[in-house]
Amino acid sequence: MSDSSVFDELPGDLMIWVLIVSELLVFGAGLAAFLSVRITDPAGFAAAQDALYRTGAGLNTVVLITSGALAAWALRLREDAQRGLARLALVGAALLGLVFLIVKSIEYAGKAGEGIAWDTHPFFTFYYLLTGFHAAHVLAGVVLLLLVAWQDTPRNIEAGAAFWHMVDLVWVLLFPVIYLLR
Amino acid sequence: MKYKTQKIAMAYFAVALGLFVIQIIGGLLVGFVYVAPNFLSDLVPFNILRMLHTNSLIVWLLLGFFGAAYFLIPEEAEREIHSPKLAYLQLAILVLGTLGVVVTYLFNLFEGHWLLGKEGREFLEQPKWVKAGIVVAALIFLYNVSMTVLQGRKTAITNILLLGLWLLALLFLFAFYNPANLALDKMYWWYVVHLWVEGTWELVMASILAYLMLKLTGVDREVVEKWLYVIVAAALFSGILGTGHHYYWIGTPGYWQWIGSIFSSLEVIPFFAMMAFAFVMVWKGRRDHPNKAALLWSLGCATLAFFGAGVWGFLHTLHGVNYYTHGTQITAAHGHLAFYGAYVCLNIAIFTYALPILRNRDPYNQVLNMAAFWLMSGGMVFMTFTLTFAGTIQTHLQRVMGEYYMDVQDQIAIFYWMRFGSGVVVFIGVLVLIYALAVPRREIISDRPTVAAE
Repeated sequence: MSDSSVFDELPGDLMIWVLIVSELLVFGAGLAAFLSVRITDPAGFAAAQDALYRTGAGLNTVVLITSGALAAWALRLREDAQRGLARLALVGAALLGLVFLIVKSIEYAGKAGEGIAWDTHPFFTFYYLLTGFHAAHVLAGVVLLLLVAWQDTPRNIEAGAAFWHMVDLVWVLLFPVIYLLR
Repeated sequence: MKYKTQKIAMAYFAVALGLFVIQIIGGLLVGFVYVAPNFLSDLVPFNILRMLHTNSLIVWLLLGFFGAAYFLIPEEAEREIHSPKLAYLQLAILVLGTLGVVVTYLFNLFEGHWLLGKEGREFLEQPKWVKAGIVVAALIFLYNVSMTVLQGRKTAITNILLLGLWLLALLFLFAFYNPANLALDKMYWWYVVHLWVEGTWELVMASILAYLMLKLTGVDREVVEKWLYVIVAAALFSGILGTGHHYYWIGTPGYWQWIGSIFSSLEVIPFFAMMAFAFVMVWKGRRDHPNKAALLWSLGCATLAFFGAGVWGFLHTLHGVNYYTHGTQITAAHGHLAFYGAYVCLNIAIFTYALPILRNRDPYNQVLNMAAFWLMSGGMVFMTFTLTFAGTIQTHLQRVMGEYYMDVQDQIAIFYWMRFGSGVVVFIGVLVLIYALAVPRREIISDRPTVAAE
């Protein structure tokens, strides 16, 4: 019997996939819980959602996806042995991650200014938990992107880009469900 | 035995087993108070007995971990333990501290004294001097094993084991903080207890289990290590924020209800992975190790930990469920099977593997030891079922129907009797186990490896 398994065919390190699957389970469970609680009070959830700043979140979606594209591009450049450009792309991706965080901070500051806190309504409990956890991951991702720009082996860049795409993916799930779904 | 300092483990295992007996006797007494509430009430109140039962459990499990580390680190690092003298000094400090705690509990000496007396807490209750002693002993231990590993071969098993033991020792420091606010007291208590049993101890468990699988099944180290890293990652990912499942109703903010529910639900994954790991290794393994008893305890450990910690934990971890079941016998059912499966069985597995080697009586069938496994595990599983039924009825009568606590206790007395009976079976199992580990010099039922029937 051979000891090889399907896991050996995964691009990048096995551990980064363990992390990605774990993260998706957590955010997936969080979204499922959000939608379940929403059933108990659709009107309240809709009213609370109207307090959100949708344009900012839409802008952030564009920012994050562009950043993801830069990270993916960086890996391709690095594999073509264009190290300088690859590093530039990674730093660019990290900077766009910071832009995302700045827009997010403005959004949170606005909410705080209106006196909205996590316990104002169950909607906001989930809003702060889910987007807050996600923002923490964006911050971690920025650090990670800068780390792999410094230690720029293709294997490292692949792991960093895989993590960053997970952060992307979670956002494109959070954005419609929390900000747009009526 | 390849390295002579592995012998240190013997002393640790012996003290651990002694405390194990004390723990089970404490359990029998507490179990009897449930059916005869005035039993010993003047002499040793229930809360003191319970404290003995739970704290002696923790201490003997830790002593077992220390012993396991002294046994397996020389083999993994391929060198002798840095200083055997320090290892025995560490044990002496821990034994003295344990005796100090027991005497202080039972006779309440030095009441109110800041250094020598009890602190008046429900948990993390040791006199300050004992806490300090534990820290000194932990520092000696960490110094000793870290020096051994640093100078020797580094493997994933020792790395994870040391990571677990270092974090374990650091987290104990929270035991020194005794805030006046009871909610804060509970909050920091869980920093110790939860982050131990659902965090650092899982690292210790995974690495000891990996060592046993490596030795018993002969699977390649590389395969074992890959599993080990995945299990450890899953344990830390779910376990750290899983602490939130203790913060539902103690005065911490409400968002913990969702953080705790979601992350602690995932805590079942590392336990499932450990069970899958143990069985896959046995299926893949080419080695037919004669120590079948150690294999039985290892597989029993992984399986009962999955059910006790994983399934019975998930049973009441969602805050919507826990709102009703909190602090009922459901909790007791989970606590008993989780500690037994994950940590008691793990310790006995390494004792059963190591003692024949340490005492020069390998190969060795240990049939009596296997009988003890079935007695203890059967008793413990039966106890878990009786407490689960008791807890279900208690939850309905007390939390749904709103009946008084003591009225409900009267109605579930039958389950407490059955629990006491299963406790007696566990106690007999423990005595058989200790006899099997300590006494027989030769016990070979068949010198051939087991062959499947044709």
